Parts: sequence; C-alpha cells; structure tokens
Amino acid sequence: MSLVASYPRRAGQPYVPDRPFQEAVRLRAVSKIYETESGETVHALSNINLDVRSGEFLSVIGASGCGKTTLLRIIAGLEGGYDGELSLRGDSASQVRRNVGIVFQDSNLLPWRNILQNVLLPAQVLRLDRRASIERAHELIELVGLKGFEHKYPYELSGGMRQRISIARALVHDPAVLLMDEPFGALDALTREVMNVEVLKIWEATNKTVFMITHSISEAVFMGDRVVVMSPRPGRVVAEVDIALPRPRNIETLSGEAFAAYTGQLRRLLDIGSSRKEGA
Amino acid sequence: MQIEQAQSATIAAPTRSRKNRPIRPFVSDTAISVLGFLALVSIWEGAVSAFQVPDFVLPAPSAIVTSLFQGLASGVFVRNFLVTGFQTVAGFLVAALVGTALGALVAQFAIVERVVYPWLVALQTLPKIAIAPLIIIWAGYGIGSKVIIVALVAIFPVLVNTIMGLKSCDRGKLDLMRSLGAGRWETFRVVQLPNALPFIFAGLNVAIVMAILGSIVGEFVGSKSGLGNLILEANFQFDVARIFAVLVLLGLFGVLLSQIMGFVQRRLLFWNK
Ligand SMILES: Nc1ncnc2c1ncn2[C@@H]1O[C@H](COP(=O)(O)OP(=O)(O)OP(=O)(O)O)[C@@H](O)[C@H]1O
Ligand SMILES: [Mg+2]
Repeated sequence: MSLVASYPRRAGQPYVPDRPFQEAVRLRAVSKIYETESGETVHALSNINLDVRSGEFLSVIGASGCGKTTLLRIIAGLEGGYDGELSLRGDSASQVRRNVGIVFQDSNLLPWRNILQNVLLPAQVLRLDRRASIERAHELIELVGLKGFEHKYPYELSGGMRQRISIARALVHDPAVLLMDEPFGALDALTREVMNVEVLKIWEATNKTVFMITHSISEAVFMGDRVVVMSPRPGRVVAEVDIALPRPRNIETLSGEAFAAYTGQLRRLLDIGSSRKEGA
Repeated sequence: MQIEQAQSATIAAPTRSRKNRPIRPFVSDTAISVLGFLALVSIWEGAVSAFQVPDFVLPAPSAIVTSLFQGLASGVFVRNFLVTGFQTVAGFLVAALVGTALGALVAQFAIVERVVYPWLVALQTLPKIAIAPLIIIWAGYGIGSKVIIVALVAIFPVLVNTIMGLKSCDRGKLDLMRSLGAGRWETFRVVQLPNALPFIFAGLNVAIVMAILGSIVGEFVGSKSGLGNLILEANFQFDVARIFAVLVLLGLFGVLLSQIMGFVQRRLLFWNK
C-alpha cells in the first residue's frame, strides 16, 4: 500500500502525497479557528500533534467544548479550513474514504430503511460489490448481537440497539480506521458497560485502528491502549497515557488496583489542564 | 426566515399515523357520531314538516335524498361528477409533481432560491382564486382552465412544505453521506427526499382541500359542466334540494380523496413515529 497524505485542504478535496509514514493517522501542528456568523472567532484547536498507531485503540478525553469533535471531523474529512497537516493511509482520496468508518454520537440511522439497508448504506455509496456486502452486513449484524433484526426498522429498536447498528454500519466497508464520537454517550450506565465489552470484542476480532472520544475516564481507560488528554479551549494535547492493562479486558478489570491508579492519574491530568486555563 | 413566514400561512405540521389507537373508544365514538347524525336529521325532517318550511328555503332531508337519487339515476350527477373529479385529481397531481420538483430546485440550488423565492413569497399571499377569471379568459370554459386553476391553488402548500422538509434534514445524516463521499444527487435521493416526505405529505393534505375548492370556484367563474356548474344552475332555479344533493356528493368526494391520501401516507410513512 502506498502512503498518501494531505496538506491543509478543504473538506472533500483530494489528498496530496507526502513523505511515507507508519501511523494510521498523523496530525502535525493542526489548529482550527471557527468564524461565527457574527464575526467572532472561536479557537477550537491549537497545535495538535498526534499519531494514531495502526491497530491501536486510542481514547480521547477532555472537557466539553475543548475541540474533540472538531478533531474527529477534521480526521473524517468533514471539516476544512484548518492549519497544519493531516495524513491518512490510502492510494487516493476515495480509498482514504473507504479506510475510515464513523460512529456518531447520535446513531443517525435512516428511519425509512430497515436495519439491513441501513448497515449497507456505506457499501451502496462506495459502490462496493452488493452480494459480498450483504454477506458482510449479515456477519456484522450478528457480531453486534442483533441477528434476526435485519428487517426491522429503527423505530422498533432501543437506543442501545440503534447504536450497535451504527457500529455495524461503520464497519461494513471494512475500514482500517474507526472514528467514534462519544458512541455510548446517550446510553444508560448498564448498557454502556455491556457495549464497552462488546466493542472491545469486535475490535479484538477485526484488528482495526480505533479513535474514540469519550467523556468517561473509566471508559477511556477500560478500552484504550492509550488515552489522550486534551485541555479546555483552545484544545491542546496535555498528555498521552499508555494503559498497560492486560487484554482481553473484562468487567473484573474495572475493579483492579491498576485500573484505579490510571483513572486517578487521568483525573489529575484533566484538573491540571483546566486549572491552567483558569490561571491564564 | 422568509420561509417560515410564508409557511405559517397555509401549512399544517407533519401528521403522525395513529396506528396505536385503542379499538374500544373508536367503536363507541363511531356509534355516537352515527346516532348524533341520525338525531340531527330526524329533528331537521320533523322541524321542516312541522313549520312547513318552503323547499326553496330549507328542503327536508327526504327531499334532498330524493333529489340525489333522481340526479344519479338520470346520469346528470355522474357525468358532472366525473368532470369535477377529473379536474381536481389532474390539477392536484400537476401541483404535487411541479410543487415537489420546484421545491427541490429551490432547496438545492442557491441561485434558484435567490431568483424564485421572492416571487413565491409575493404570490403566496395573493389569493390565487382571484386569478381564476383571467385563466378562464385565457384557457376557455373547458376542463383545461380548471386544471390550471386547481394546480395554481394547490401548488403552494406542496412547494413551501417541500422546501421546508428538504432544508430540515439534520446535519448528522448529511455528514454521514459526506464522509462517504456521496454526491449531491445521491444525498438528495437517499437522505433528503425521504426525510422531507412527512412534510411533503402535510402539504399534499392541504393541497387536496385546496384542489376541490379551486375546482368548484373555477366552475363558478365560468364553465359548461361540473358539480360547481350544477350548483349554479340549481341556484338559478331555486332548486335548493339539488344544491344540497350536490354538496353531499362533494362531501363524499372529499372524504374519498382524503382516505386515499391517508392510505398512501400510511404505506409510505410507516417509519415516521
Ligand atoms: N461550526 C462551528 N462554528 C463555530 N464554532 C464551532 C463550530 N463547531 C464547534 N464550534 C466551537 O468549537 C469548540 C469546540 O467544539 P467541539 O464540538 O469540537 O467540542 P467537543 O470537545 O466535542 O465538546 P463536547 O465534549 O461537548 O462534545 C466549541 O467551543 C464550539 O463552540
Ligand atoms: Mg463533541
């Protein structure tokens, strides 16, 4: 696979080749300033340098409004007009697109399509082979534990089930990178824990690179190989913490001492990040 | 902002299907309304004969029924009903197609919006019925002029609601399509249009009512046949029973059309809960 990267670009514009790199996603000196209609400017991201390594599960935490979603949208190619350099793997713009799957905070299922048709949407837009895609969609629906629901409609599913379907949809075109923006934010604590374990299982089974935004410190630690801590606005990377908890992780992991040590460390890092801002 | 202003004039909110309606109250509701209707008709009949109200002021229900059957048997009602029915349905279909297509162009292309929208807002407030005499002059006394009038009257709710519906698509679904590199046409077809359907149907429901109205008023202004024409004729002859008989037909026609709409809507919008 040849390596292609992009330079400051508008959303949806082709990627310009750059020197080779090993990571799945590489961000160099990325800054983003929003201009609101009233002419005000919001400095959302400031000088972000970040590597997402191939195959790793990266969790991102930070205060509300610190620019996490903005960062994800930049990586997803949904946000243009930023400074700095973003690099993704792929031979062409369309191939880069195929290499990314997105799980939004809201499941964003199309209510007029049944579950199978919803999962097939990326395959349809990317013009992938239909027969193979249907087969894969069935596998994924089984993987997220919703076999038998293929011909139901979103209104017949619970919030947790819908979010699982949106994960299946993000995986149907077999992307190398899975971007998730608070995928479990709308779920109750119990469903959330179950989903965490399920997604870890999927990740272990599929060997994807995962970039997951979360508000929950324990979720970040429980799932991540690494946790990136961001400061309040303008968002900067305050710390990157390697999580050396053994895998496979399960509910027992949550009650271990090492787990508590990590969550404590991250909580302090988040506090430092925000007090720095207040002091300034 | 202008859209909302224009919209408030004619548009109802998207309706939701009422599938989960409990059965029992529904049955007794029907019984009550049938009984109420029968009671009203009896009182009416009794009052007309008791006070010897002349037929040309208020005919008894029995006289209306007689007139209805005479009209149906002679074929006069059927012939004229077909004319009005055709005008209404044809004009409505034109309004539905052109309204949706034009609405899509306005919602999709900023240039079209800038050029067309001010006109739409201006025309929206104009009582379209006022143009009917002009249309009769231009297009004659036949069915064609009525189809045009019906289409003109019925197009606005469809048009404005289509624009609203297409613009109301939430960002998440559009982002999803964009992240996959979907083109404008594909995004329109796969996401925006289905998303707008509940709005479009709300517009179509208003349009149906407007279409019947346009059809009858068009015939009042100038026509050779149709139910509106029958009402005018009966009016000149002080045949009030016949006027009521035609009104009954019009009422049944309206119910039929809205039943058909309801059926199509339930089929197409079953997911809209
Ligand atoms: N389209 C936009 N126009 C202007 N400002 C924006 C826009 N999108 C986001 N912002 C601003 O950029 C900042 C970062 O927003 P972002 O959504 O990335 O935060 P976040 O970290 O995802 O927050 P949360 O955790 O609450 O989801 C916020 O202050 C927000 O107000
Ligand atoms: Mg966010």
